[in-house]
Amino acid sequence: MKLQWQIFAAFFRIGIFGFGGGPSMIPLFHTEVVKRHQWMDEQVFSDVLAIGNTLPGPIATKMAGYIGFKVGGTLGAINAVIANIVPSIIAMILMLTLLSAYKDQSWVAGMGQGVLPVVVVMMGKLTWDFFAKSHSSLGLNGTLLITFTSALALLALNLHPAIIILCLLIIALLRSEKTVQDQALTQPVSSEKSLEK
Amino acid sequence: MIETYWQLFLAFFIPNVIGYGGGPAIIPLIEIEVVSHYQWLNLQQFSETLALGNSLPSPIATKMAGHIGYIVGGIPGAIIAVFATVAPSLLLMIFLLSILYRYKDSVKVKSMTLFVRPVIAVMMAILTYKLLQNSYFDAGLLHSVGLIIAAYLLLERLKLHPAFVIASALTYGGAFLG
Repeated sequence: MKLQWQIFAAFFRIGIFGFGGGPSMIPLFHTEVVKRHQWMDEQVFSDVLAIGNTLPGPIATKMAGYIGFKVGGTLGAINAVIANIVPSIIAMILMLTLLSAYKDQSWVAGMGQGVLPVVVVMMGKLTWDFFAKSHSSLGLNGTLLITFTSALALLALNLHPAIIILCLLIIALLRSEKTVQDQALTQPVSSEKSLEK
Repeated sequence: MIETYWQLFLAFFIPNVIGYGGGPAIIPLIEIEVVSHYQWLNLQQFSETLALGNSLPSPIATKMAGHIGYIVGGIPGAIIAVFATVAPSLLLMIFLLSILYRYKDSVKVKSMTLFVRPVIAVMMAILTYKLLQNSYFDAGLLHSVGLIIAAYLLLERLKLHPAFVIASALTYGGAFLG
């Protein structure tokens, strides 16, 4: 029981202090899991992170769930995920419910209009980051090739992104392992970089 | 209602099994399901969810799932959407870790993330453009450009906390727009 409480407290802290989305929470995971509780050593932690990054979906919940599972079994996994994400989900629902209660007021519509340009900047920044990361890991030609092909498929052919992504995943799996020498592929991903800081 | 729950499950399951690159990668994929496909939210509501989500801590994908699930199907809806977001990749990770461990340095496995990233970037660019269009129609050219420049300077140059920038934008909008 004490262990489950420790798991809850650790992932709760990560959840409420982790601003900026999942990937920016990785250093907090490191502090709690490796430094404070010593549930994992440095090496295992970075392996878990690397494996998490090979799977789709948010990184934070994969880390929380997997570490919770290793430390406290199935209950530990559920406990860790809930502690990590539920507080902000509740805060979010409360804030937006409050806002929608006044949605007929013109100032609430104004608030929505005021915040839209900020979202444009945030999405624009994410777009830039993804292109930049792609450029540094895949090179200019590879990035341009996939960018234009997928833009064409999405905009002109109106394909569902799942189809395009599945095709690319199949192409990736058909790649020969012999291209290991490819420097681009051995570069660490950004979340590992932020860990090294 | 069962059908709605099933749709909610799919709307969050699909983005999360194809969205390589962490939580933010899933945003444009969720927008396609929630706004374009099922039309549960319009783009304005979606962007408000995104804005408030960015002003709160913890992963963005689960906050969006929880909130959109709640709007569409109440508390059960929120639980289903969050489950569809978290469970698939977590279960894969728990059950396949030893196999994945063996392949973590494999070129094939690394190429998967590398190849998908530009597609996500294209979808993010499309979403950014749609949001920009909306902003232009709602707040007008002058306010949009002014707020975009201000938000960019505050977020990227002065590195202010997103929660502060969003709160300021909400206040400005409440006072001068609408």
